Amino acid sequence: MVVVVTKLNSMQKMKSRFLSIPKLVGSLSLGLSIALGLVLNISSSQAAVLGADRVDVLYHSYEGGGMKIDGPSILLRKKATESVSITAYYYLDSISSASVDVLSTASAYTEERNEGQLGIEYLHEKTIMSFNVRQSDEDDYFAQSFSFNVSHDTFGDLTNISMGFSYGDNDIKRNGDEVFEEESQQYRIRASLNQILTRNLTASLSIEAIADDGYLNNPYRTVRYLDNSTPSGVGYQAEIYPQTRNSFATKLSASYYLPYRAALFFHYRYFSDSWEIKSNDVELGYRHPIGDAFELELKLRYYQQSQANFYSDLFAYKDAQNYLARDKELSDFDNMTIGIGITYSLPDSLSYGSSRSEASLQWDYIDFNYNNFRNPLDEGGVGNESLYGFSANVIRAFYSVYF
Amino acid sequence: MSKTIVRAVFLLSVISLTGCASLSIEPWVKPYERQNLADPIMSASRHPIANKHVAHVLDGREAARGAEGAEGGGCGCN
Repeated sequence: MVVVVTKLNSMQKMKSRFLSIPKLVGSLSLGLSIALGLVLNISSSQAAVLGADRVDVLYHSYEGGGMKIDGPSILLRKKATESVSITAYYYLDSISSASVDVLSTASAYTEERNEGQLGIEYLHEKTIMSFNVRQSDEDDYFAQSFSFNVSHDTFGDLTNISMGFSYGDNDIKRNGDEVFEEESQQYRIRASLNQILTRNLTASLSIEAIADDGYLNNPYRTVRYLDNSTPSGVGYQAEIYPQTRNSFATKLSASYYLPYRAALFFHYRYFSDSWEIKSNDVELGYRHPIGDAFELELKLRYYQQSQANFYSDLFAYKDAQNYLARDKELSDFDNMTIGIGITYSLPDSLSYGSSRSEASLQWDYIDFNYNNFRNPLDEGGVGNESLYGFSANVIRAFYSVYF
Repeated sequence: MSKTIVRAVFLLSVISLTGCASLSIEPWVKPYERQNLADPIMSASRHPIANKHVAHVLDGREAARGAEGAEGGGCGCN
């Protein structure tokens, strides 16, 4: 039997203690009411527009830390009428995992995850309303969610205000255990303000609060603790997470048009949650046309987070505290991404009919450094192994047709 | 005490009303001055399918979540 220890589930990343969900939703409702008031009070006369009709077909690949994930994806966007647009999205993850967690306590595994999304957008004067449903299916994790967003252009179309909410419901199982059945729910509420500042500069501010409720840990993962009764000197027990997690993220973005026709992008995000994780990430992007047919993209991103207050690489003894985690995604770590991409606009002779086509290739190199997660497979004795780190290569090759 | 509150509310009302009146700001970038901003190279959602993948990759490996932007928000991906 294949025993699975780690998986890339969102449940790896949830929990809380201090803010109750009603309190969180209440305070956000007030903020959204104010924003909604602004939207309704400021009127204007020029129309917003729906996105262009297009189809994108993508192959994606992630390789690093003993994991290989790849698969196809397709995104379709088509106007049904002048004011209604439909979107459809399909995504497949084909996963082969032999990560450090898996190798230290279990066997490698393979699995698939299928995801589908359907969306509709309705344009009315300067307001776009969108509704989206999503479903994700794995052997042991079934997720469904919907989201609703409203976006409104105002102030001579210099300002765009948007807000939205989402609800998700997840069913969690454990392979090899027919009795195990858990569930969790997720609530998201968000708002953003996008402002044209000069003829070359735009900036936006986005906030989002997320509340999780239910079974939030990974049913396969264990924590380790000192145990002198075993020859190895270490024992293992299941992780225990809190049943709730509330988080809040704020992101500031800016885009700047350079005089020689190139674009600079800047993002900064601050995140904190009720598990006492705090994170900062900053990203710089640059897009530069080469001739009429090519476009070069460069990206540099740095991310840093502190650990959850119930995380430990090695607990002093069994049942050392109420909540226990040794998921490296909840530990103190940082990572750096360097990315490069190239887009080629195909000549008309290679495009079908009046459509226009582009082919793109993007490569990201990510280097992860963990500051309190040790590799149990290393020498040095329990608790003195070297700190873990790995690098990953992420590739996206996609073809876009505008019709 | 209640007088102080009434005065404070009155003062705030006056300030906010006169403030709004004096804040008669006109949109300072005219539509015909926005050709640079409308250039596709300035579009954050130039490659929406790639943005979705980037958000998904990070979502599985970092504790931070939310406020990703138009493509990332509400994904709740595993």
